[in-house]
Amino acid sequence: MTGSAKNADEELRELAAKQVALGEVRGAPAADPVNVPMIRHWLAAMGDENPVYLEQGLAPPTMAQVWTMPGLSRGPKERSPVDDMMTALNGHGYTGVVATNCEQTYHRYVRVGELLTPATRFSGLAGPKRTALGVGYFATWHITWYSGDDEPVAEMMFRVLKFRPPQKTEPQEQAAELPPYPLQPAVNQDTAFFWDGAGQGELRIQSCADCGELRHPPGPLCPRCRSAERTHRVASGTGTLFSYVVHHHPPVPGRETPFVVGVVELPEGVRIVGNVVDCPIEEVRIGMPLRVTYRRMDDRLVLPMWAPEGR
Amino acid sequence: MIGAALPELSIDLTPTLVISTALATMDHTPVHHDTALARAQGSKDIFLNILTTMGLVERYVTDWAGPRAVIRGIDVRLGVPAYAGDRLTFSGTVVSDAGDLLKVEVRGRVSLGDHATGTVTLEGR
Repeated sequence: MTGSAKNADEELRELAAKQVALGEVRGAPAADPVNVPMIRHWLAAMGDENPVYLEQGLAPPTMAQVWTMPGLSRGPKERSPVDDMMTALNGHGYTGVVATNCEQTYHRYVRVGELLTPATRFSGLAGPKRTALGVGYFATWHITWYSGDDEPVAEMMFRVLKFRPPQKTEPQEQAAELPPYPLQPAVNQDTAFFWDGAGQGELRIQSCADCGELRHPPGPLCPRCRSAERTHRVASGTGTLFSYVVHHHPPVPGRETPFVVGVVELPEGVRIVGNVVDCPIEEVRIGMPLRVTYRRMDDRLVLPMWAPEGR
Repeated sequence: MIGAALPELSIDLTPTLVISTALATMDHTPVHHDTALARAQGSKDIFLNILTTMGLVERYVTDWAGPRAVIRGIDVRLGVPAYAGDRLTFSGTVVSDAGDLLKVEVRGRVSLGDHATGTVTLEGR
């Protein structure tokens, strides 16, 4: 993928705004009206012995969503404003999903015989945010269930985290066999996110949590809006060689000379310094397309390096 | 009434319970009934679906509040999965009592931690 992470974020935000603007979209009515057999099965499965439902012909309130679940039906699936958002998030690598919140309000208990129709509105997208599961977006939507044409009987707010599952990097060699690498980076509160990312196969670029400006190397203040609030984005991992030197002398501990030190321009809009590897030195050219590769240096340190794209 | 504790409810999450509740809530997603597929996707086992979590929170509170109670709302923050083979233990406390309207804070724990925490609003107890 050559699209930049910045563009991806903008694309997702634009789509989110579009889906929000669609407002409430009606779905198909329930396949069956509220009915005793489904209530009876539900009560038995839940172990719910409350007699009020079967005695008075009422549905348990948390069954609201049950009435309009698609079940095993193989018919054409109708699309809600949420589906396009989920498709786009998957397309941008946010393939993991975990539900985080479910809030239901019941205006009244529905009666046997009523036919419910759901209506969905997409409420918003927040992110990208760092979470324990990976970088992701929180997507929120609301469903209202109507009885008959226009009487809302139950509402639900639902929120999920769509996250980018951390990529697994294969260590080049068994870490235990590597002696400690003599050139250790300064890992501190400002830079730990970058090195943690490298260890997980993610090229993380610091971004301003207020205005979104990307900056590299990491620093305490946004050069654009001066905010000290920061977060990061995961770069796509592609770049072009902006400039380079070939280091012949003096000797560098832990490294064999000669080697290439490049300045790589990322499509996200920042430049990053790294070694160019897997390429004969005489073939290194300014402007060559590169892709990040992760090299384990010892049992703790992984360095992002750059190899010719497509190799 | 504020501060009153609800009696605990501990539910054995047998595969039968996980599967029968998933089907009773019309949720046929394979991770709620197909053990091999759930494991292939990285889960420890099949696990409770969210419609069931909501249903069990409702049951927990109405078991205590009785048949005259009317549930007005349930707000749940979802935590760790509730896998088959685990136990789900609910505890609860009344946190507000405004005339006819009660709020109960509910916590559902499994061996991995909090599966669901939230608030149930009810009236007419």
